[in-house]
Amino acid sequence: MGSSAALPASAAASPRTQRQADVLAALQPLLPAHALLWRSEDTVPYECDGLTAYREQPLLVALPETEAQVAAVLRACHALKVPVVARGAGTGLSGGALPHALGVTLSLAKFNKILSLDKLSRTAVVQCGVRNLAISEAAAPLGLYYAPDPSSQIACTIGGNVAENSGGVHCLKYGLTLHNVLRVRGFTIEGEAVEFGSEALDCAGLDLLALIVGSEGMLAVITEVTVKLVPKPQLARCIMASFDDIRKAGDAVAQIIAAGIIPAGLEMMDKPMTAAVEGFVHAGYDLDAEAILLCESDGTPEEVEEEIDRMLDVLSGSGATRMEVSKDEAQRLKFWSGRKNAFPASGRISPDYMCMDSTIPRRRLADMLLAIQGMEQKYGLRCANVFHAGDGNLHPLILFDANDPDQLHRCELFGADILETSVAMGGTVTGEHGVGIEKLSSMCVQFSPEEREQMFAVKRAFDSAELLNPGKVIPLLSRCAEYGKMHVKKGLLPFPELPRF
Amino acid sequence: MTDSPAIVEDAALRALIERVQQARAARSSLCIHGGNTKAFYGHEPRGEPLDTRALAGISSYEPTELVVTVRAGTALAELEAVLAEQGQCLAFEPPRFAPGGNDAGTVRGGTVGGMVAAGLSGPSRAAVGAVRDHVLGATLLNGKAEVLSFGGQVMKNVAGYDVSRVLAGSMGVLGVICEVSLKVLPRPAATATLRFEMDQARALRQLNEWGGRPLPLHASAWWQGMLVLRLAGASAAVGAAAQALGGEVVPEEQAADFWNGLRDQRDEYFVSARAALDSGAALWRLSLPPTAPPLALAGDCLVEWGGGQRWVSTRLPAATVRDAAAAAGGHATLYLGRDRSAGVFAPLKSPLDRIHRELKRAFDPDGVFNPGRLYPELCP
Repeated sequence: MGSSAALPASAAASPRTQRQADVLAALQPLLPAHALLWRSEDTVPYECDGLTAYREQPLLVALPETEAQVAAVLRACHALKVPVVARGAGTGLSGGALPHALGVTLSLAKFNKILSLDKLSRTAVVQCGVRNLAISEAAAPLGLYYAPDPSSQIACTIGGNVAENSGGVHCLKYGLTLHNVLRVRGFTIEGEAVEFGSEALDCAGLDLLALIVGSEGMLAVITEVTVKLVPKPQLARCIMASFDDIRKAGDAVAQIIAAGIIPAGLEMMDKPMTAAVEGFVHAGYDLDAEAILLCESDGTPEEVEEEIDRMLDVLSGSGATRMEVSKDEAQRLKFWSGRKNAFPASGRISPDYMCMDSTIPRRRLADMLLAIQGMEQKYGLRCANVFHAGDGNLHPLILFDANDPDQLHRCELFGADILETSVAMGGTVTGEHGVGIEKLSSMCVQFSPEEREQMFAVKRAFDSAELLNPGKVIPLLSRCAEYGKMHVKKGLLPFPELPRF
Repeated sequence: MTDSPAIVEDAALRALIERVQQARAARSSLCIHGGNTKAFYGHEPRGEPLDTRALAGISSYEPTELVVTVRAGTALAELEAVLAEQGQCLAFEPPRFAPGGNDAGTVRGGTVGGMVAAGLSGPSRAAVGAVRDHVLGATLLNGKAEVLSFGGQVMKNVAGYDVSRVLAGSMGVLGVICEVSLKVLPRPAATATLRFEMDQARALRQLNEWGGRPLPLHASAWWQGMLVLRLAGASAAVGAAAQALGGEVVPEEQAADFWNGLRDQRDEYFVSARAALDSGAALWRLSLPPTAPPLALAGDCLVEWGGGQRWVSTRLPAATVRDAAAAAGGHATLYLGRDRSAGVFAPLKSPLDRIHRELKRAFDPDGVFNPGRLYPELCP
């Protein structure tokens, strides 16, 4: 079949259209007709992910239904040197699934089956498009669950979680995606099947699973994941504590850790965020508090009682003005409802918001909140803050109106300022949302040219033609030169007197 | 205790960089070592020795951050002592070896860099994770003599590829680990050790069943019809679980000796496995899915990690051991053996073999570091 027949003849002259025709012709024999989308009205839903400020139309969207089809699409794209952007639920917040204008978006939405659940080995084998929460729901009758719980867990997929190394509110005690995945199966850009990790606790050779998790779809396309399941704690209770001073709340976080306690969850909200979520969920938050801490303990009833008492001691010693312990599961979920709804609540009080995701050493939490207050003045925009305080991961939500170009510009500067301040405090530009397209410039601040080049070399070791999700995560030298910010020194440096940028 | 990593103009690091530059120019190779306590592990060390021990000291340690940043040449014993003063520890219990052998009573001289490069974890691994799970960041001297930092000092960090974690277990083939940031944890408030008489099949089943219940399991070891179990956590939880599980309670001091002996491979099992080397046996480390049934391999077997790690001292040919491990869904490492010609680490299937070669080239294009230590075919 002539590929041009499928396309408007009038556009045949444009190079993009010609490319689209060539790729379509190559993929049509490989997939059923309904599994290929290329008309603009069909590809529009794929033009962005959760980071809606960036949009791009892919050449076409492929929706394979079998691994054989995934392999065939990859082989064809590799032969034609066409970029491939894998996509799960599209809930990512950093533009990792932003289409490539001359590439194929590979939607893995059809890979949505739980293949097996095993009580004795406490593992589940699931296809990449299975939703995070669906795993825990399926495992619940076995008394087990999948621990990482990003706020988007009702929608986000395990494949996306692997790509981003997603966290959640219980990471401090239960770890990240990396710590809860045993094995991933997928395909190289050449379409060759590959497995990283295994159902044993380690593998021969280099620990490539550690590289794959968090690689944002740039090293391989993942189709299947074996996850660890853990026993559901018998009981969980949560303390909601109010503070009249941000610094006291920050110090309380450090004091809990210093007391040798690893809480199941430890979250902080500042006053503007508390006001926003209270208006949304009516959970009874203390609106007078400058900061609220949520501290959760889980385990056996004896363990929880012991830990809650110890945490109450530390919190009151740190100057908490009000403390309430959840009496039952309903109340515990109510305490969490505000925290889990921080993003939609922000959407109610502002036309748009930009969510940041840096991590800083825990002890700098108060310094950072105060710095952000200064930035609100500097950029003339409001910012509400939720923190995964236990692990120092910040989610400042900068409120703005995208219809005002100047506000958007100020918002971007505000965000970059937060990221650079985080790196200067010894932290990182992204804790769990990934670099994607959004934080490319900030990567220039965190990594030296040699470090970035080493990352490119790692990518080429998996994908020599650089076709898997190109242009994400690692900024080119030229982009960093244009950005013009100096790389912040970190780690051991042999020649600290030399300028490095 | 500094606010940021102690970055000083570092003569020790400069010296290492110069050695790498010279080796690269001369097309020679370097054999990275710290305390030289793990020379037995992996393929035969080759190349001119490159000692990392001048690069020593704890760069930053803030107990409330649960993070320590330490230079690679620092003695593991020194790091553990500093952590213990604050009631903290390396939760993955890395083994501590003595130089040139492992007889009880000698000074244990391993370094932090060697601990990460070898990637060996101790009895608590199944409960708390491995070395790699506790690596938060690392500074690496690569084969182009560039000093590169990846990861950082915070728990959650997804900026760029997680190169620092890949260094755990890399056997030095990607470069010299210069500094590493590790997650540390409070020592458990309470522990208890229980002993049960049961055969291997029943012990494996029991361990996996217990694993599915909310119990504070921390370590396990089965050998010669005896299962030993360690619980650790909040004292209320440990007490309640010990009551519920039954078994014979092992007195605290005796239990500590046992677990330390197992961790440092000074335990009776390892002593006899080393002795058996003289009569042509080898000690294999099998990493298997914890639910894999007992393997029909003639030899003395010790089971750890809830069934996930099985040591076998045997005279069987390498291929027999490897096939049995692969059939059970895992892999076998020739941990100790006079003859390493059958390969130490399980062979890699395509495309993993190609990716390994390409990664080696990406970090060490001239093949300066530890030639053949991980896989002989990784030499460019």
